[in-house]
Amino acid sequence: MITAEQKPLEEIIGYIEPYDRIFLVGCNECVTVCAAGGRKEVGLLASALRLNSMKQGKTIEIKEITLERQCDPEYVEELASDINRTDAVLSMACGCGVQTLAARYKEMPIFPAVNTLFMGASESQGIWSERCRGCGDCLLGITGGICPVARCSKSLFNGPCGGTCGGKCEISPDVDCAWCLIWERLKALGMEKRYEELMEAKDWRTSGGGGPRKIVRKDLVL
Amino acid sequence: MKTESKLERILTSGNLAVTSECGPPRGARPEKVREKAGLLKDHVDAVNVTDNQTAMVRMSSWAAGVIIKQMGMDPILQMVTRDRNRLAMQSDIIGAYSLGINTMLCLSGDHPKFGDHATAKSVYDLDSVQLVRMVQKMRDEGKFQGGADIDCPPKMFVGAASNPFAEPFDLRVSRLAKKIKAGADFVQTQCIFNLDKFEKFMEMVCDRGLNEKVYLLAGITPMKSAGMAKYMKNKVPGMDVPDEVIKRLEGVSKAEQPEEGIKIAVESIQRLKEVKGVHGFHIMAIEWEEKVPQIVEKAGLFPRPAV
Repeated sequence: MITAEQKPLEEIIGYIEPYDRIFLVGCNECVTVCAAGGRKEVGLLASALRLNSMKQGKTIEIKEITLERQCDPEYVEELASDINRTDAVLSMACGCGVQTLAARYKEMPIFPAVNTLFMGASESQGIWSERCRGCGDCLLGITGGICPVARCSKSLFNGPCGGTCGGKCEISPDVDCAWCLIWERLKALGMEKRYEELMEAKDWRTSGGGGPRKIVRKDLVL
Repeated sequence: MKTESKLERILTSGNLAVTSECGPPRGARPEKVREKAGLLKDHVDAVNVTDNQTAMVRMSSWAAGVIIKQMGMDPILQMVTRDRNRLAMQSDIIGAYSLGINTMLCLSGDHPKFGDHATAKSVYDLDSVQLVRMVQKMRDEGKFQGGADIDCPPKMFVGAASNPFAEPFDLRVSRLAKKIKAGADFVQTQCIFNLDKFEKFMEMVCDRGLNEKVYLLAGITPMKSAGMAKYMKNKVPGMDVPDEVIKRLEGVSKAEQPEEGIKIAVESIQRLKEVKGVHGFHIMAIEWEEKVPQIVEKAGLFPRPAV
């Protein structure tokens, strides 16, 4: 899923300072799962902003709503009836949600309340780690199910650099060396010979090197 | 001969090669390059010119290499894949070759985290193995990485690095094999302090016949002090410094430690000369270039052969 973290409160306050009526919009998908911008976080942020405005001797009107999926025009439509009764929208969705709102409500200032981070998986309660860069040409079938693009600090394709230390990456003892993991896994699968096959220079076009990417599924287009 | 590289000539003539290193200055002072390289002039066959080592900005490797070339010496252009994409690397390779540089070393480079531009975006369009492959293809097929013909291809003698001490140990020979497969002509290793482990590595290298396919230069670094040895053991990723080395340095007075460090380096060279598959030495005297001639002489590697 897409992970995110709430922005510092001061930054959010800075965005909405000029406005009196705010639409605070959460999302029920990824940001709910990673506890950054779901219904609960919408409530908490709204309280924090109200408290802050009271301290400033200002009244601020915050309308809270959490959409099913903020990156989907169908659900974003739900805001249409009330949008004229607000001065600005604060989105707690990932960057995809923020942009879907901005595309639909062209006259309305839209601000992000979270920083979108990465495509990750949950390691355990409260811990998420990056697992995929969306490079568009999945290598997991030949790297033992561990991605060197997302998980090697240098995105190396042909093995670990010389800085591996105790199975950890040179950048931090908290980061596993992806290539140590790949090697161990290939050995466990009896596939270590595969390691010596050269991985040629990557075609980055599928990874954004060819400009913004788009999927058109003709079978689904109405 | 694949190239006009002096290093290639030395190695193919069967002599043990000696290379050393020159880190370019952090500013536009060509005299600094001349000063450092001058210390090595008669005692080494070629000089590695580092490429923004430890992720700190320095004079570019090819520019410093040209200055060294003008001194009548032979630079080895180091190139890391951290800072440039394949277009920039190929244009620099052509440029360097046009200015007389014919030997290079392909590396991935230290992570920006370690340098003074930690906020930079690292590139890593290619990794070091893919860089080796690209340079070899430019030379042998006369093709750019993208497939088009090169009008007068650069003929580089291609080097790669090998760290026999980084984990996982059982992968390190495979990794070397992969670099050879990609086109590496010669390999320089990480600094060797654990000679027993290195000899074991070389046995595995020879068992696979890789010693017939690549020239391997053993990495030698003289320790200036016991403090430096401890620092390298504990702080430098991928470095294997056995306790005996630290103890031996601590066994003499502080004033005598540099001399002891040089002794250790010389003894290492003498022992490694006998190891099958070792074709020479890469002496990395970190900010201690003035000691390289002494080490080369004491190790019986002087005078350097004229080839």
